[in-house]
Amino acid sequence: MMRIYRALLHLYPASFRAEYGDEMCAILARRRRDASGPWSVTALWVAAFFEILLNAAAVHWDVLRQDLRYTARTLARTPGFALTAILVVALGVGANTAAFSVTDFVLIRPLPFAEPERLVKLWERLPGYPQMELSPANYRDWKRMSTSFDAMGAFYELPANLVGQAEPERLDRAAVSASLFPLLGGQPVLGRLFTAADDRAGAAGTLLLSYSLWQAEFGGDAGALGRRVTLDNEPFVVIGVMPRDFHFPSREIELWTPVRFQEQAFEDRADNYLEVVARLGRGVSLSQARAELGVVAAQLERQYPKENEHTGADVIRLRDEVSEQSRLLLVALSGAAICVLLIACANLANLLLARALVRQKELAVRTAMGAGRERLVRQLVTESLVLAALGGVLGVLMALAAVPLLARLVPSTLPIAQTPSVDFRVMLFAGLLTGVTGIGFGVLPALRACRQADLSGMREGPRAGGGRKERLRSALVIAEVMASVVLLVSAGLLMRALWRLQATDPGFRANGVLTLRTALPMPKYAKTGRREQFYTQVLSGVRALPGVSSAAYISFLPMAMGGGIFPVEIDGEPESQVRSASHTASIRYVTPGFFAALGIPLHRGRDVSESDSLDGPFVAVVSESLAHRYWPDQDPLGRHFQFALHDRLVAGVVGDIRVRGLERTSEPQVYLPYKQVADGWFTFYSPQDLVIRSSAGPEALLPAIGRIIRGADSEQPVSDVRTMDDIVERETASRTAQVRVLGAFAAIAFLLAGVGIHGLLAFAVSRRRQEIGVRVALGAQPGDIVRMILRQGVLLAFAGVLPGIVLAYLAGRAMQALLAGVQPGDAITFLAAVALCLLMTMLGSLAPTLRAVRVDPITAMRVE
Amino acid sequence: MADLDLEPDALLPLPPATFHILLALADEDRHGYAIIQDVAARTGGALKLSAGTLYRSIQRMLEQGMIVEPRERPVPELDDERRRYYRITPFGAAVARAEAGRLAQLVKMARACGFAPGRA
Repeated sequence: MMRIYRALLHLYPASFRAEYGDEMCAILARRRRDASGPWSVTALWVAAFFEILLNAAAVHWDVLRQDLRYTARTLARTPGFALTAILVVALGVGANTAAFSVTDFVLIRPLPFAEPERLVKLWERLPGYPQMELSPANYRDWKRMSTSFDAMGAFYELPANLVGQAEPERLDRAAVSASLFPLLGGQPVLGRLFTAADDRAGAAGTLLLSYSLWQAEFGGDAGALGRRVTLDNEPFVVIGVMPRDFHFPSREIELWTPVRFQEQAFEDRADNYLEVVARLGRGVSLSQARAELGVVAAQLERQYPKENEHTGADVIRLRDEVSEQSRLLLVALSGAAICVLLIACANLANLLLARALVRQKELAVRTAMGAGRERLVRQLVTESLVLAALGGVLGVLMALAAVPLLARLVPSTLPIAQTPSVDFRVMLFAGLLTGVTGIGFGVLPALRACRQADLSGMREGPRAGGGRKERLRSALVIAEVMASVVLLVSAGLLMRALWRLQATDPGFRANGVLTLRTALPMPKYAKTGRREQFYTQVLSGVRALPGVSSAAYISFLPMAMGGGIFPVEIDGEPESQVRSASHTASIRYVTPGFFAALGIPLHRGRDVSESDSLDGPFVAVVSESLAHRYWPDQDPLGRHFQFALHDRLVAGVVGDIRVRGLERTSEPQVYLPYKQVADGWFTFYSPQDLVIRSSAGPEALLPAIGRIIRGADSEQPVSDVRTMDDIVERETASRTAQVRVLGAFAAIAFLLAGVGIHGLLAFAVSRRRQEIGVRVALGAQPGDIVRMILRQGVLLAFAGVLPGIVLAYLAGRAMQALLAGVQPGDAITFLAAVALCLLMTMLGSLAPTLRAVRVDPITAMRVE
Repeated sequence: MADLDLEPDALLPLPPATFHILLALADEDRHGYAIIQDVAARTGGALKLSAGTLYRSIQRMLEQGMIVEPRERPVPELDDERRRYYRITPFGAAVARAEAGRLAQLVKMARACGFAPGRA
């Protein structure tokens, strides 16, 4: 029994136990002797047990309070040290917390749906298009023929004009199958979900509101249920409201309506526009589902050899909808943050080691006064934990400020909110980081300091400190230099990649171009003549505005919409390659003057014209790459090709533009005259984006344009008002954000490594004052002293730079996909990084060197 | 690490255990168990200090300078080698007096309100 009591005494701090343990055991033994009867002995033990629990905690608390008081006093005595240490930790913790909050939000955290790990996305796979949307017919057949999935649902984005509220408005809508929301596990906060009855051809229009639209348009009123709303001239009834955090397929979507397939939707298997989500059956693996769907696709290919030629299937997790680029961007960011943390930790350890050396005398005195080693270590660890905790709090505050700036790194394709929330997970992460930093880098110096805190420490004073410690501190500084080289090079490479992309010629002149969208609702504008009227009225009005040099309409602006492709067929070509990337071209309907308005050069022939009507021959203006693909070294003008259900005659050749953006290759472009389309055909491609080249600013033009459009159709909403510059800039926005963050990290690393070198050299100089004094007395010139100190700094720098270069190259290789063609071994970047490191070394060495030169031999030797 | 230069008043009010320990040490040096017994006897068994509470209080009182461990031991026949004895310091006595004064003041106030026996 006594043995158990002794074991329990270990709950007390060691110093307390050593001091009073025996006495407490003796007292318990006496009490047991005095106790009579088994009951009172049992009571004694129970009381002793709880008493130890309570008192041990109390004693620990006493010690902690004492250590905290002492820490506060010592840190207040050395505010420079305290502030530096806190700032260093704050930078490390802040960078990592910010990076983690975004990375966790985008890559790690499960999607906000029921059992998200079972949710997958299905794609058709065609030559050149690894992920192609499904056609309704194939969707229906996949759903019917496969057994791997518990449920399958489809959707496509279908923006709509909302009329009847205050102002006509363009809303982002998704048409969804009734099966989709139950499959995701989404439940409305108000009303009900779609049923199969809502999702039939000819069913009355029903719609679900997003929470934000409910708030904005209906003021969050429950009376919104049952309200009638007109979307694109069709009546809908509000049947429900989805929760605030429900976003699907992306956070842009404001409302949902059922797909309501008409029977003719299933006629064309090559009309690919459905995105499909499915829930894997229990126990079905991703690869099993993939294999099964592959078999299904092969069966369908046999059944429909022409339409489904080369049509495979792919299944990916919904979580993995993040593009490889977004993923890499975040991984690079996290890697950089870890580098910053390592540097910060190395710096902290160095600061604490240097401080421990200086305090050796104090520690020795305290040891001599009877403080146990355990108490000293505990005191020092408390100190570093306090520093880390203060730094951690400051770091989290920094992260809180930084996270909104990182929102650009959250891809808009994910069904999650725009801004990551700094929540419990993130706080836990920051807390862990702080704890690890404080303990990991506080214990080591503490143990080292206490090992030497004996009488020799008292005798030698602050000059003590063996070569081993010096080596450890040098190694830490070398590691800092190394990590900062990696960061500098990575940031540099990404910056070069960004510059290269920004310098990419989009094929048009974006400057001075204002764009906006007037999406004409169908069936109101299904007749070509009706649209023609609208365009003519708007364009003639806009062209007459002061400052406007040209204006035109196109189906979709480049970059704002990358898709919209059709196969090209040439007489005499085998038909088999019809559905592959090498035989498609992007399709756009334009009004005359589009090329002039966007600044696309016309190389041969002519622009489309007002006389290109249904009566005349069907003509097309094609881009250079299309002409080159089919008629290399020949005159393309007057040639024929089949495209979008018609034979077309090449009337003109224009320069290629980057329809799919700066980083992807684009299909060749085919532009068709806006009048050469039969009523009700290809309405999806009806021109809707207005392009205005003008010398006047958007602010000056917009009110007048608004009046002109209202004059043409008072119910027509205007949306997506942007300059072409904005559209091009958005192409590189996430990169720009990332380069800024990485640049900031690199700058922090650079600064910290500089501080590290400075600290080490300054300390070395103060320790070697006497030696320097002797040297000067023996006739050493200032130049010799400078060389001596600088040599140490430069050696440190090189020892860090060399391995840093190797690591930086490896890092560059790992993120090659992000580099847009910049080589991971880019010489200019490496040279710049190395030069910066050397500059940093010089700056870091400056003050210690000056101090060394100023050492007065007489005072230096008299110190002791 | 002792908190020196403290005024006796700065430590008031005293935790009950601390006050009782000071009382137990008022007339002679005692070891731990003797303190426990003395406190129990003085309070008629109402306050039985546990070993943990006792030594936690003792540690703090040592740090605050209210008590010391005397170098000289009691007469050999009374001494128990393993035992550690404690002695009240003049500062400890001053603290005890201050606490007693504070309590007396309280009783006086209570009496004025008719909450305590004795003359108002």
